[in-house]
Amino acid sequence: MSRGVLGLAGLAAAFLALVTLPLWLTQIYYVNVASQILFYAIFAFGVNLLLGYAGLVSLGHAGLFGIASYATAYLLAAGWGHPLSIIAALIIGLFSTAIFAALSLRTSGIGFIMITLALGEILWGLAYRWISVTNGDNGINVHTRPTPFGFSLTSAEAFYYVTFVVFLICAILVAIFVRSPLGAALRGTRDQPRRMTALGYHVWMIRFWACMFSGLLTCVAGILFVYYNQFISPQTLALTSSAEVVLMVISGGPATLLGPVVGSALVVIVKSVVSGYIARWNFLLGAIFVAIVILMPEGLVPGTVRLWKLGWRRATTRRPSVLKTGGPPA
Amino acid sequence: MNFWILLAVNSITFGGLLFLLSAGFSLIFGLMRIPNLTHGSLFMLGAYVGATLIMGILSVQLDFWLAAVLSALVVAAFGALIERLLLRRLPGEPLAQVLVTLGISFMVADFCLMVWGGDPISVATPTHLVGFVRYGVAVFPLYRLAIIGIAAVVAVALWLLLERTRLGAMIRAGVDDPDMARVVGIRVSQIFTIVFGLGAALAGFAGIIGGPILSVYPGLDQDMLPLALVVVILGGTGSLLGSFVGSLIVGFLYNFGQALLPELAYFILFLPMLLVLVLRPQGLFGRQLP
Repeated sequence: MSRGVLGLAGLAAAFLALVTLPLWLTQIYYVNVASQILFYAIFAFGVNLLLGYAGLVSLGHAGLFGIASYATAYLLAAGWGHPLSIIAALIIGLFSTAIFAALSLRTSGIGFIMITLALGEILWGLAYRWISVTNGDNGINVHTRPTPFGFSLTSAEAFYYVTFVVFLICAILVAIFVRSPLGAALRGTRDQPRRMTALGYHVWMIRFWACMFSGLLTCVAGILFVYYNQFISPQTLALTSSAEVVLMVISGGPATLLGPVVGSALVVIVKSVVSGYIARWNFLLGAIFVAIVILMPEGLVPGTVRLWKLGWRRATTRRPSVLKTGGPPA
Repeated sequence: MNFWILLAVNSITFGGLLFLLSAGFSLIFGLMRIPNLTHGSLFMLGAYVGATLIMGILSVQLDFWLAAVLSALVVAAFGALIERLLLRRLPGEPLAQVLVTLGISFMVADFCLMVWGGDPISVATPTHLVGFVRYGVAVFPLYRLAIIGIAAVVAVALWLLLERTRLGAMIRAGVDDPDMARVVGIRVSQIFTIVFGLGAALAGFAGIIGGPILSVYPGLDQDMLPLALVVVILGGTGSLLGSFVGSLIVGFLYNFGQALLPELAYFILFLPMLLVLVLRPQGLFGRQLP
């Protein structure tokens, strides 16, 4: 059997498994874990667009995620309807992303990390201290979930299916984007920004649109998150949240379609399993981070594929490290 | 009137602490080309270790200044170990190095929470520095003046070290062009460890002498790291003068912001950063980012 057929069969099996998930995972707890995996995967898609395909590591994306969540919660609390709140949250999120991108894209590489980190922390500080809007440490409650076409999302299963549909749409959009000429140009700006400039591409503009798309996915995930938890607090915007999603992308494998999903599953499962036994997840998060960066810099999916190929054909493939800053400075 | 003077003194004091923190951050960045994301954690670790030594372990209570120097040494050793054992394994991969420092910062934060618990620990002001100095109508807290003095002394010492000694010349060579520095026989990797240790020592020292003002609490690292980042973005990386000016700007903005617009104090820091990024992306005193 050729690889393409195998891949298709695998995708079909995964799709079937996800569609029927609430049937064979009868405990509500696990259905909820599955919902979390899916919306965090959307978040990871967004971060992967920048980290994997553009070579820009953002440590401030939890800030954008939080803006969408807070905007939804705030507008709902102010008495707006669900559709209006969601649309307004997306617009506010995209507007913030544009500012975020305009500031952070002044640089690339390490400079980009520093600026996104500072921006993310400032947004966290705002959520924490701007008490008249965000209610500070107490956070904002969201009392109801929306009912699209009269379909109530109160139950875990219903929410799972909606998250699944949104996840599918996002995954397809990302797949189309990555295969599009713009996606190819984006990878070009990652590997050879100078040559891309010489070829007449507007490197900044390509990166900007990648940021906007990444921001859109992040905001969608943020809105799902706030409806899932029905609560939002500054903790969501903390540096640990940004780092968690970067860990999802790195562990799963940057610049792959499947990687963010695997990484999201890994982080969410480890987090919910581990929190049953030990109180301190952050220590383990940090340790996994260090271990993966040092031992498997290309991520779990490509890393496993590499080991698989190595055992299968004894082929010696060179370890490409996606974490190396791509190409010469612009 | 008195209010404004006191606020200005507080701003300069905070600027002094920030300078101690960000000078090391900026040097490490200049030399190794990575923002050391453990820097906030080193600050917090220094504060916790110092506070423990002052309150006493094994029924030995140390003098404040002795404890401060000791905790700076402990943190310096920890920093040098991170550099030797982890960052050294990832040569030429700055992105991976940054992520490793991020991972370590989480581990340190959790470790501190485990050992010292979630309650804030207040550090007593050294007894001989309690009180005020009067000058006309204005009163100045003695301890804050002492911090300003220490920061000034450290600034001069660092400047002398960098500009007037052989080691300083080697560090500057490493900052300017690490490859060429290697070619002329400077052991740049050794310099890396020394600078990392020195930066860590300054951060740890700042943590404990800031203790009587800020107290020590979980999350102190996350409060300080972005400030150090903003200082370096403002002042420019690898520049001592940049850290100095940046720290003072941030110290004033942060304190005046907190006094006048407490809810938006954090956000006010954003404005000068925005201006600098738009008009002079390399920072006020920095050269173009590598």
